[in-house]
Amino acid sequence: MSKELIRLQDLTMEFDGERILDGINLYINDHEFLTLLGPSGCGKTTTLRIIGGFLSPTSGKVLFDGKCINEEPAYKRQINTVFQRYALFPHLDVFDNVAFGLRVAKLPKAEIQERVQHMLGVVGLKGYETRRTDALSGGQQQRVAIARALVNRPKVLLLDEPLGALDLRLRKDMQNELKRIQQAMGITFIYVTHDQEEALGMSDTVVVMDKGRIQQIGRPEDIYNEPKNAFVADFIGESNILDGVMLEDYKVRFFGRVFACVDKGFAPNEPVDVVIRPEDIDIVPPSEGHLVGSVTSVTFKGLNYDIIVEFRGFKWLIQTTDYHGVGENIGIRLNPEDIHIMHKSEYSGMFGDYSSYSAEYDELTEDAGNEEE
Amino acid sequence: MKRTNRIFTILIFIFLYIPMAVLIVASFNTGKDLTEFDSFTFRQYTRLFQDRTLLKLLGNSLLLSVLASGIATVFGTIASVGIYGLKPRMRRAVMNLTNIPMTNPEIVTGVSLSLLFVFVGTRLLGQRNSLTFWTLLIAHITFNLPYVILNVMPKLNQLDPALTDAAMDLGCTPIQSFFKVTLHEIMPGIISGAIMAFTMSLDDFVISYFVSGMDFITLPVEIYTYVKKPIQPKVYAMFTLLFLMILALMIAMNILQARSEKKKAASHAAQV
Repeated sequence: MSKELIRLQDLTMEFDGERILDGINLYINDHEFLTLLGPSGCGKTTTLRIIGGFLSPTSGKVLFDGKCINEEPAYKRQINTVFQRYALFPHLDVFDNVAFGLRVAKLPKAEIQERVQHMLGVVGLKGYETRRTDALSGGQQQRVAIARALVNRPKVLLLDEPLGALDLRLRKDMQNELKRIQQAMGITFIYVTHDQEEALGMSDTVVVMDKGRIQQIGRPEDIYNEPKNAFVADFIGESNILDGVMLEDYKVRFFGRVFACVDKGFAPNEPVDVVIRPEDIDIVPPSEGHLVGSVTSVTFKGLNYDIIVEFRGFKWLIQTTDYHGVGENIGIRLNPEDIHIMHKSEYSGMFGDYSSYSAEYDELTEDAGNEEE
Repeated sequence: MKRTNRIFTILIFIFLYIPMAVLIVASFNTGKDLTEFDSFTFRQYTRLFQDRTLLKLLGNSLLLSVLASGIATVFGTIASVGIYGLKPRMRRAVMNLTNIPMTNPEIVTGVSLSLLFVFVGTRLLGQRNSLTFWTLLIAHITFNLPYVILNVMPKLNQLDPALTDAAMDLGCTPIQSFFKVTLHEIMPGIISGAIMAFTMSLDDFVISYFVSGMDFITLPVEIYTYVKKPIQPKVYAMFTLLFLMILALMIAMNILQARSEKKKAASHAAQV
């Protein structure tokens, strides 16, 4: 991988005594597409604003190319931002918006002309130079915002939920577009989103955040396949999370049965969280199943059915392309690679139970929640 | 129901505008008597433009209003930006403080300013004539300031804070970002504030009466002394012109506002 460009050291941030960031440590490589992913209020936007220079951290350091830039104001940083709602200048047309940064830098007219034109080409807005920005569609405004930032040739582009205001179709197109632009320009993108699909689809590295702390850093595949705790497992995709005991390496017990798995390195008889992804579960006739349960609800999702299956009072979500009606008894098989083992964490017991899909098990989920507190 | 509404509206407009209509008609009247219209003439207007004292007074008033509203607009805008930067609680307190002078009876403001000027002038600076053009100007700037702030503040509140962030992100220092971005966004408020201040200044009598000296008298102050002698018809002509001038200003202001609203509607439509 290429060299390190930005490093965040023990970043904490407090607003009115409330801790928004709690010891963020992170390094970001040159040319990397890194996504800060988390629910609202997890501190991802605050982290981005600190990198951009719009906020200064309560404590901790921001290093850029090995140099501390805590005291450097936003206008001196080689970093540009695409804002959540674009923040295009309403009194300027498309060309003048894109040329804004170059004009502030007092570049020669000919060069401004050339660079703006080139950038408008990159984002596919040639011919829109004299349009008013408020006469553009959301997707077009988005492109202007990207061009306005990139035309300054920053080393890093910060994107704060840039696709949030667009409709689903446009969002998908822009995801590809952003990835393409990032590769074409060869610069670092730091992207903030709460949409796991966006994060997994575009990023080289995903940073999952919650409660002002980093929960996991990794490649999208690793985050999905090897979640570190129940929060990550639940936030990224759907997960059934059960209590289990790791008997020894490659052997885990849950539901009174011992299963083979591919995980190791746990203490003997360590209580663990077991994650089983709904799409990994194979449905078999009851006689052949490791576990047998009955279907309690079915939802058609287009690509597949989401079925809720009850095993000994605990409800699982299973995704299947075959229809199984409510009340049907089915068996399931779990292959070793379908089972993922996690250490217990503060999030254990809070996620991964689909009992709330059914009204009569509301009590059960409430109990589970209380236990945690 | 609709018809009564319409009739009421028309009646209200008649009551509001009939005095002006009478004045305008009177300014074109050849007869001396207000009660009957003899024939149409521009004579009062020619007389007006031959009357050097009257024109001088009008000039004084215009000069004072332009200067006072101009200076108040600059200071008021700077003050608004400062107030906007305060913490919400402090901001509310300061806004209340700036609003109080507007509701204060003018006569109180006038007398207190006059006392202040005389005190400072005679006691501290040792002048014999402490009430001058400058005291008048300072007084006008003072009572204009809240109106400017009142007009600029809402525009600042409407401003998307991300715009100034974006400007700084693109290399502007805070000062540059104010002139390149913020100023454009709040300009409608600044202009309407300036126009309002100008009209307040132009027709102010009460405060001006207490703070002006012998060397510089404004039109309204002089006109009030006419109460003792009959008003000459050429004054009607001048009032007509003043009325038209203010009317033109108001129309300009409305067009400006309508345009900015249209712009906003357009941008809103584009987002949807």
